[in-house]
Amino acid sequence: MTALARTVEVTRRYGEALALDRVSLDIGAGEVVGLLGPNGAGKSTLINLFVGLRRPTSGTVELLGGSPSDPVVRRGIGVTPQETGLPEALRVGEIVDFVTSHFPEPLGRSELLGRFGLTDLARRQVGGLSGGQKRRLAVALAFAGNPRLVFLDEPTTGLDVEARLTLWDGIRAFHDDGGTVVLTSHYLEEVEALAKRVVVVAQGRVLADDTVRAVREMAGVHRVSFVADPVSELPELPGVLAHTVEDGRVRLVTGDADRLVVSLVRSGVAFSGLEVRPTSLEEAFLALTASAVASPS
Amino acid sequence: MTGLILAHTRHQMLEQLRVPIGLIASAFFPSVSMLVFAVPFTGDDAAAATRATASMMLIGAMSAALIGLSVTIAQDRELPWNPYVRTLPAGPLPRFAGRILTTLAIMFLAVIPVLVIAALLTEATITVPRLLLGLVALAVGAVPFMLMGLFLGFLLPSKGAVAVSQIAFFPLAIVGGLMLPLQFMPEFVQTLSLFFPARGSGELMWWAVTGAAPHPAALAALAVWTAASAVLAVWAYRRDEGRRFS
Repeated sequence: MTALARTVEVTRRYGEALALDRVSLDIGAGEVVGLLGPNGAGKSTLINLFVGLRRPTSGTVELLGGSPSDPVVRRGIGVTPQETGLPEALRVGEIVDFVTSHFPEPLGRSELLGRFGLTDLARRQVGGLSGGQKRRLAVALAFAGNPRLVFLDEPTTGLDVEARLTLWDGIRAFHDDGGTVVLTSHYLEEVEALAKRVVVVAQGRVLADDTVRAVREMAGVHRVSFVADPVSELPELPGVLAHTVEDGRVRLVTGDADRLVVSLVRSGVAFSGLEVRPTSLEEAFLALTASAVASPS
Repeated sequence: MTGLILAHTRHQMLEQLRVPIGLIASAFFPSVSMLVFAVPFTGDDAAAATRATASMMLIGAMSAALIGLSVTIAQDRELPWNPYVRTLPAGPLPRFAGRILTTLAIMFLAVIPVLVIAALLTEATITVPRLLLGLVALAVGAVPFMLMGLFLGFLLPSKGAVAVSQIAFFPLAIVGGLMLPLQFMPEFVQTLSLFFPARGSGELMWWAVTGAAPHPAALAALAVWTAASAVLAVWAYRRDEGRRFS
């Protein structure tokens, strides 16, 4: 598989803050890759490095065999940033034409607008569009230049269900024609609907890079906490991924909460204040990294 | 490349014309100044009226270059559209050229009311070659103010750019002898005037439209201001790029 884009040991700092920490990632031709992670995880920084808006503090970024800072190389990509702030005074068609004029073999205006359900809006001024319509236009613009690779930073934020589905269809059609997609999202279901491969990013690092299915299993993680008396008599419990004790309260992260609770009861240790709650994907991964750091195995 | 410059110019012109506040402001000052300061006082002195018309045209150009350009750039820098455009396959040149061409176009549009007022209400006269020469002088004389506009636009947030460019604009126009003819001003102002850029640009304009020989010191000062503004504009541009895109 040839890599269309790649980072090698990329670190990016903003002053003292470390946004990306030695990230190495290959984006293969024809892939749909979902970047998943909490706010401030480094997803947008990673996208900004790929599209040439930022340069790495150290490490290298390669795009279509060249450098992202080379405009000629960028003819092969399309971008939807997290915020676009489309010029309010211009008409939809005028913005499409403006973006299109940068590319040697662009999609036709009507084809592009049709693909994203925007045909009726071509003559409307952007200032008069709804938030969802603006977002659809912003995503459509990424495809205007007939790119090989698109970067979509939270493409469906603020969209209703129907608009989201239209957009997903547009992205799938692009992928079916051999296009490569990198998209970020907070939502596992969005990534699941589009991507086969998920890269989980948190605190500037890649925590997992796997199939959607594998990541979803990891995400089925629960937090179990209780006060045990005494803590020292607690036996080894099954399936514990992370383990901390704070003020006598035991906090566990596990992939199988049911089995853990059964074992806890059978152990005969007195406990109180039992809590079992699902973790968000983000929490699960933070817990996983915390335990990975605490007990390298 | 030409195609991209045209695309960027068209894009920015459309924005300016759809929300024509910059254009109206640039046309408003010189038209009002023309009615208040030139029409009542030039009487049947054709040369004075022609000269005053040239001054007011320059005021319009200065407004478009200094105030209009700095505010547009400062506002653009605050919008997420700006980084998006940077991801498109074009270097900085088309966008930059688009800004300069758009500003020039606004300058030329802004002077039309002044020319109309001059033709209808004053004795100002001009030949077609001198008018064309005057428009060239207008473009050349506006260069240092465009560079100052770039400098302020890349340096300041939009509110700061509005305030500073307007505060700078009026003293520059007055000391340059554009609002009122210099002979009505105190002697020290007449001397001071030679060292400020609007005087040099004014001398160019008056030379173009009336043939009056320009003051060499004022032209030299204009050259120095142009060079210094260019250095500052480049510095501010690089500083801004380094902050936001490195």
